[in-house]
Amino acid sequence: MRIAVEDLSVTLAGRRVVAGVHLVAEDGEIAGLVGPNGSGKSSLLRTVYRHLRPSAGRVLLAGRDVAALRPAQSARHIAALPQERGGDFELSVREVVAMGRTPYKGAFAADDAEDHRITAEALARVGMAAAADRRFAQLSGGERQRVLLARALAQQPDVLVLDEPTNHLDVRHQVELLALLREQRRTTLVALHDLNAAASVCDRLHVLHDGALVASGAPREVLTAELLAEVFGVRAAVVEHPLTGDPLIAFDHRTPAGQGA
Amino acid sequence: MTSATPAPATSSTRRPARTLRAGPLAAALTAALLLALTAAVSLGSVDIPPGEVWAVIARRLTGRTPEPGTRDLIVWQLRLPRALLAAVVGAGLGLVGTAVQAIVRNPLADPYLLGISSGASLGAVAAVVLGTTLGLDLTFGSALGLTVSLAAFTGALAAFALVWLIARRGGGFAPLRLVLAGIGIAQFLGGLTSYLVLQTRDEQQTRGVLFWLMGSLGGAVWAQLALPAAAVALALALLQARARGLNALLMGDETAAGLGIDVTRLRREVFVVTSLLTGVLVAVSGAIGFVGLMVPHVCRLLVGGDHRRLLPLSALTGAVLLVVVDTAARTALDGQELPIGVVTAVLGAPTLLYLLDRRLEPK
Repeated sequence: MRIAVEDLSVTLAGRRVVAGVHLVAEDGEIAGLVGPNGSGKSSLLRTVYRHLRPSAGRVLLAGRDVAALRPAQSARHIAALPQERGGDFELSVREVVAMGRTPYKGAFAADDAEDHRITAEALARVGMAAAADRRFAQLSGGERQRVLLARALAQQPDVLVLDEPTNHLDVRHQVELLALLREQRRTTLVALHDLNAAASVCDRLHVLHDGALVASGAPREVLTAELLAEVFGVRAAVVEHPLTGDPLIAFDHRTPAGQGA
Repeated sequence: MTSATPAPATSSTRRPARTLRAGPLAAALTAALLLALTAAVSLGSVDIPPGEVWAVIARRLTGRTPEPGTRDLIVWQLRLPRALLAAVVGAGLGLVGTAVQAIVRNPLADPYLLGISSGASLGAVAAVVLGTTLGLDLTFGSALGLTVSLAAFTGALAAFALVWLIARRGGGFAPLRLVLAGIGIAQFLGGLTSYLVLQTRDEQQTRGVLFWLMGSLGGAVWAQLALPAAAVALALALLQARARGLNALLMGDETAAGLGIDVTRLRREVFVVTSLLTGVLVAVSGAIGFVGLMVPHVCRLLVGGDHRRLLPLSALTGAVLLVVVDTAARTALDGQELPIGVVTAVLGAPTLLYLLDRRLEPK
């Protein structure tokens, strides 16, 4: 399902953190949001999954304004994986994943066989089926993140919204999680810090800087040495990845941008 | 990813997340509640055998004329209303504790965290001090005792209104803001209460004041039971309807929003329900401590964190606990009743420390 952000602005405590952003994730496409810290990625995503209200502009889900939908209705189409980690309240892994069914259930409705099946499938999908009865709070960071992704999958969304899903994961778990995202073939909006990961996983990249969109397009077109210097303030060369052929950014970790050659 | 992932490490220190099934546990707790109620009515300065207890109750319930004598008086007029009030108040405190811990996402929260009970205490203490100054009889259970209850509830509402006004600003009922508003108001009203306590002049006033500050179920009468019982039942239904939302809140506000929960609205609704119920409970029993803190923890250890099971079980567990504690408070010392707040604190503080300790254990 196509999701579009139209002329979106977000104001937090009087500060405009997202300013008139237009971007589109086509059906089945993985759209990456990149940009330095504080560039507005998280705020933009929060408006898409309706934690924040836009101060101007709209989010369109298959052409319909999500603000016109009841929260539970839009949550059947859009699932979010935010950065928060949850408190320790004795929840089991299965209970956390089963929360994905929330938007489908009425006030007093119990989980039925269908919900149990979907929950089990989502857990199997992320390779955590064996951990279903463990306490969520006792999992490692990588395991937690996979369980939270399973929770989002149990929501059976048309659009996945992920905010830095690979944070705090070791390289192998990063690779596994991103591979899983690609397998999904679902419309995905993902904010990523790691530009090389973004370059190889995303179909299109949208670069945010100080709340404004400064570039959009295929990773190859967007990730240039000039843009990296201007937006991220780093010196880097963009080469071809020897294994995958994707753009590979080789950062110069010794020299801040604007100095040297 | 599936095939490349090793089986999760298991170790003997890892408990299964859920140890007991909720259904059988609820049945066991209901049985325990009946036993505790029977014991509560049976034990006291005059012990009445359980068979006699039920005979008196059966006589009353079937509408036959009660047997004349002290047994009917002790069972029906004195001990049964008190035991039932203990059950109702305990159920309410357990319920409120569980819900408040969820909306402020802090397992160390309790029903009094949000300032409601300090308002009730101030209202009650003000009424006692003012009333006895005017030479009125304000012992609990008397007509004017009900006036004090009313003053307590009014105080609770005033505190609730203050916390509401402060907490709704800046983003709307954010957990930290709610807690800080509650603590601030509680400190402020507590200061006023302390000042009033200093103004008490005789033993009767001091006793009346202590009743509210420490909590007591003494002097319970049938007429006082219906309102708190109805309030507990209504609150249970309202909270149970929001159980999935409370679950989602445990994971964080953003996660809950992503699951289609209107977080601000949910938090506001639960704050209103728990505050009003707390006000009613404190108005009939004073501020009985630790029950609302302990019960949610005990229940989470037993059945896990899902509020669909947790809320009704917290109510049941709270009921059993308070009936048992009140019976102990009445009977532990010969010829003298311990304030129930003393017993819950003496039992509750070590429990809290144990729970804190357990939370700090390396995982």
